[in-house]
Amino acid sequence: MDCFIEKSKGISEIMEKKFEFLEHTADIKFRAFGKNTDEVFENSALALFNILYNKKIKEKKNYKVKVNGKDFESLLYNFLEEFLVLFDSKNFLPGRIKNLKLNEKEFEIEAEVVGDDIKNYNADVHIKAITYHNMFVKKDKGRWVSQVVVDV
Amino acid sequence: MVEIKKIEENLWKIEKQKKMQVPILIIASKKILEGIKRDDTIKQAINMAYLPGVLKNIVVLPDAHQGYGACIGGVAAYDLEKGVISPGEIGYDINCGVGLLTTNISKEEFMPKREKILHNLKRTIPSGVGRGGKRYSKETIKKVLVDGAKWAIDNGYGTKEDLERIEENGRMSGANPEDVSERAIARGLPQLGTLGAGNHFIDIMVIDEIYDKDTAKVFGLEKGKIGIMIHCGSRGLGHQVASDYLKLTEDKYGTKDLPDRELVYAPINSNIGQKYLSAMRCSANFAFCNRQMIMHEIRKILKEDFPDKKSSLVYDVCHNIAKIEEHMIDNKKKNVLVVRKGATRSFGPGRKELSEVYRKVGQPVLIPGSMSTNSFVLVGKKEAETISFSSSAHGAGRAHSRSWTHKTLNQKQVKDILAKKNIILEGSFKGTMEESELSYKDVEEVIKVTEKANLSKKVAKLKPIAVMIG
Repeated sequence: MDCFIEKSKGISEIMEKKFEFLEHTADIKFRAFGKNTDEVFENSALALFNILYNKKIKEKKNYKVKVNGKDFESLLYNFLEEFLVLFDSKNFLPGRIKNLKLNEKEFEIEAEVVGDDIKNYNADVHIKAITYHNMFVKKDKGRWVSQVVVDV
Repeated sequence: MVEIKKIEENLWKIEKQKKMQVPILIIASKKILEGIKRDDTIKQAINMAYLPGVLKNIVVLPDAHQGYGACIGGVAAYDLEKGVISPGEIGYDINCGVGLLTTNISKEEFMPKREKILHNLKRTIPSGVGRGGKRYSKETIKKVLVDGAKWAIDNGYGTKEDLERIEENGRMSGANPEDVSERAIARGLPQLGTLGAGNHFIDIMVIDEIYDKDTAKVFGLEKGKIGIMIHCGSRGLGHQVASDYLKLTEDKYGTKDLPDRELVYAPINSNIGQKYLSAMRCSANFAFCNRQMIMHEIRKILKEDFPDKKSSLVYDVCHNIAKIEEHMIDNKKKNVLVVRKGATRSFGPGRKELSEVYRKVGQPVLIPGSMSTNSFVLVGKKEAETISFSSSAHGAGRAHSRSWTHKTLNQKQVKDILAKKNIILEGSFKGTMEESELSYKDVEEVIKVTEKANLSKKVAKLKPIAVMIG
């Protein structure tokens, strides 16, 4: 279930991974990657969206989200949780993040999320919650990596 | 790797070390223990042993597996004065639980109607993702948070007799809806009376074997008759309550010295501790009401084809919950806070918490198997008080991850098992694959250990014939 995007960098073309899934007995664990914090947060959200529904979602509805944290992990927890709340309370199936703005000093994120009403799709995964278990957001060998376990 | 010492058959111990407040008792056969050792179950049980005010020992039950924070199939008891409460330890699906309905419909009478009834269940009871039920008002939800299954009965979803057959009589007191956030209520609004997805299910089964005739009679179980089991919880409302209080706890008490950030804790006696307990009870009440409403729908569907037949609730039990109960600590009776994470209470005879219908014999302990394996009804035993704070396993226990399932199994394999066992199914492809018996531990082995370790005693075996998964 790895997701690759192709990016051309000068003369060489490399495959850059947005996120990957790891083993966990009962829940779902993923890692997301990015060249900066904006990208790792966006790709973490995309990993979450991919668990909810991994095919194309029409862009018919959009919501704005704005959350704070006190460190990168709590910011990520709060950011991802917004989509679960929209999912349960508004029946909103998220597809893509737009205009993400991350303030690293204030640990604040603003973003738009576009997607559609769940009833138009045969979605079959419900995520109960984001967890702090084994969670991290860190810079590793020049790139940003996040790790999240979600309760399903 | 820590040393796991064998104490006796099916009992293992990890001694207190480093920052552990108490040792760990593992109830498992050698085979089950080998499985438990393969993931992070033991590490997570050790993390549970770090929390202040935890008493006697952490208990790891035979269906234990890795969770997120506490292990699933874990039990801990806390001193009410010095102890703490951790919203992440109890987890997000507060009062996820199981209810069992029994009927006087025989298998022979039922089989010709089997497909129609399963289809009607699927059509009528909202399940899966984003398929909400009726939308209730906030005011109604708040009433549900206080009254639990009693609200359902008062509004025509069942009878008074049902309440005597639900843990806590379907209503935990000390539940103040003011302690539940608007956000949690917003998530719960469209979800009352809905099953959910994942491992939540409705199983139609035949009572295949009776092991203890007298107790089976008290529980209303008769060989050859149809029983229906449901598994679901407090839905988005409970998930949000857990998350809200995890954050509030962290803001107030911080994460210093925690073995796992998910296990942030507050003193039980603190304002946050008490508010969380109240909100947790509200969520538990939502779940009791939710299961009762689903049970009522099931009964209505059965009535269409079997107007003269009867059905009664055997019991309804919680899996993820914290409760104040009296237990023996250092040879003294003491009120403690028992946290069951993926565990079923298994009170033996005489407990004052049990309603009169079951006080003499002990409570029914419902242990579902996986999608296509047998489920069991047991009866709680007095001995469990001293071994496991009166707790038993809550299911077969997952053995393999969802990604393992998709990598290793194919749809034909899973469908062939169902066909061979003559089980019909309503469910998504993904759910069918992930809930296959091949992803779970051997429930028969879990039951064998549960019985041999004196946690509870087998009463009946139920064999699935039709399954609806969320």
